Amino acid sequence: MTAAPLVVVRPAQLMGAPQRAGRWRRLPTKAKVGAILLGIFVLVAIIGPLFVPYDPSYANPAPSLSLHPPDAAHLLGTTVSGQDVFSQLIVGIRLTLELAVLVGVVATALSVIVGVSAAFLGGLWDDLLSLTSNVFLVIPQLPLLILLLGYLPQKGQVATILVLSFLGWPWGARVIRAQTLAIRRRDFVAASRETGESTWRIIAFDIVPNEVSLIAANFVNTVLYAIGASVALAFIGLANLNSWSLGTILYWAESQEALQLGAWWWFIPPGLAVALIGTGLVLLNTGIDEIGNPRLRDANNAIKINGHRQRPADPTPVWQVLAEPRPGRLGAFVHSFSRTSLLDRAQLDRAQLDGAGASRSKGGE
Amino acid sequence: MLELRDFSVVYRAPGGEVKAVNRVNLKLNAGEVVGLAGESGSGKSTLVYAACRLLRAPAVISGGSVSYQGRRAPEPVEITKLHASDLQRLRWREIAIVFQSAMNALNPVLNVRDQLLDVIHAHLKMTRPDALEKASALLDLVGIPRSRLRSYPHELSGGMRQRVMIAMALAVDPEIVIMDEPTTALDVVVQRDILARIVELKDELGFSILFITHDLSLLLELSDRIAVMYAGQLIEIGTAAQLHHEAAHPYTMGLLNSFPSLHGPRRDLAGIPGSPPDLRSLPPGCPFLPRCGYGTDACTGIDMNLAPVRSSSDPAHVTACPFVLPDTPVPERARALVGQPDLEARP
Repeated sequence: MTAAPLVVVRPAQLMGAPQRAGRWRRLPTKAKVGAILLGIFVLVAIIGPLFVPYDPSYANPAPSLSLHPPDAAHLLGTTVSGQDVFSQLIVGIRLTLELAVLVGVVATALSVIVGVSAAFLGGLWDDLLSLTSNVFLVIPQLPLLILLLGYLPQKGQVATILVLSFLGWPWGARVIRAQTLAIRRRDFVAASRETGESTWRIIAFDIVPNEVSLIAANFVNTVLYAIGASVALAFIGLANLNSWSLGTILYWAESQEALQLGAWWWFIPPGLAVALIGTGLVLLNTGIDEIGNPRLRDANNAIKINGHRQRPADPTPVWQVLAEPRPGRLGAFVHSFSRTSLLDRAQLDRAQLDGAGASRSKGGE
Repeated sequence: MLELRDFSVVYRAPGGEVKAVNRVNLKLNAGEVVGLAGESGSGKSTLVYAACRLLRAPAVISGGSVSYQGRRAPEPVEITKLHASDLQRLRWREIAIVFQSAMNALNPVLNVRDQLLDVIHAHLKMTRPDALEKASALLDLVGIPRSRLRSYPHELSGGMRQRVMIAMALAVDPEIVIMDEPTTALDVVVQRDILARIVELKDELGFSILFITHDLSLLLELSDRIAVMYAGQLIEIGTAAQLHHEAAHPYTMGLLNSFPSLHGPRRDLAGIPGSPPDLRSLPPGCPFLPRCGYGTDACTGIDMNLAPVRSSSDPAHVTACPFVLPDTPVPERARALVGQPDLEARP
């Protein structure tokens, strides 16, 4: 035995780089669906207006084009005054998303600034800033929005953005303040302070990076709020009605009695667009939550192994029990398409091999 | 008492199955202290938690059996076949666990008394005064003054918390106590104190201990038998003395070489170069081969079954390495390897 030649150690035999699935594939399904949904709308908003077939405001005087149902020339039909709904929709998506993202950026920035400073500076500053955000929280928002926009001299996009941002930050500020308070007491912040870092450096490099998932979720939530609020405000006429946003399309559809006239192509597309953008944002938001907090994923999702549902509180499953045939034929058929079924199959084969091997080795003993 | 036969556990991951425990055979007899040693990630904790069926679902017991037999269960119980409710009765009453970090295992918002009472009421029919008396007696047992019954976990020191954990494990007189690195976070003086207490209690109450740690020196002091684990497989089992003086597996030798002895001449300490293998795709043969100083081409063909050490008179001292014996001279190349702290060129 001692005469046997030594093997050369090859680094490749040691733990190699694990074959990790791509970042995208490891995202929760919710986040994927949300991102795709939202991505489509963002794409439409960015490049859509370049390909708009008609000027959305151009009212075609031809009487045959009043309330024309969808056809090849007008993909989503026309309005009472002969405007192209498809063009309005494309332009409207851009305007609405633009407004929502701007509100999201401004309001989230306000939340972060107020929340982090309140928690980090403490004392009087904390009291003042918390008081302010609490006051903003108890103000009934929609009536105030209506009041403000109703009395502002001009009802443009900028006014809406400012008013929505002005009212949209307090929740985020509270959440971020609470999180900052928790992080502030952690040892690494104390360590940074001991090494003489300045307050602003600690905030920018130690605290805020720890809250990125929270801030991202807050941003997505604010965008959602801005879309809802701006569409609602435009719907009741509190917006620049000469510009085309999803809200103003709905306003005109409602005021010109699209529903009564049965012109579904006029109000369903913008409504659906709002709903889909909202769905995308909510999915993205919960997806971000799950990325930041994997326990959330585990808690909800029972894992299915060979069709047997395993809840987190269940005792460790035993393969011999799981390997029993599945009850339903339809279920088995559907399951055979899933990725886990390949794992199940591999395991079944191996279990059989093991069983054969074990009995053989037992016979040998 | 507790017997594992061909016990295997896998974690099902999207990248493939991680074979965390691979066909382990281990027996824990009544009144015995068995140590389970191995480096981080070798599957020690997975092995015992899966044997108690405490792991969550991507972990699957892929084969083998765990049978338990005790004073209250004269008929052997097959743990892998039990339902959740039967398991509930078995856990703690028969097999209790002292978890790794006492800070996380104790509930921060309940005081010690309430947590002890919880355990007692969950498993025994007892009136409240009796249970209170029992809780106090338990604290006496582990050497904490009764006045600390109303303390909350954060009011106790690390050593006291660990003692509370031990008291809790002993609360309903279990047959087996599994200790998962119970003293890792403690300083050596407290560690010694607690271990001494554990041994006393064991002799007094007659339970058996399965002690998991990566600290082989500690096991040599404490255990009757030691099982060494590597890459999910047991590679050597023997009494503490056998492992100390005539370790037969190169991995065990490596572990023994990595801590200093108090007596004897000065020597250079040798770690084990490299890091553990990827458990998703184990190479054929011995998983330790890439890091082994004694490795030969023949090592890729061995089946990793434990066989008695040829030079040992005791057939219970078994090793997975059929080639190396305790007195096999260390190859020249292995000595050269020791100089390099990390063999692996990490990508």
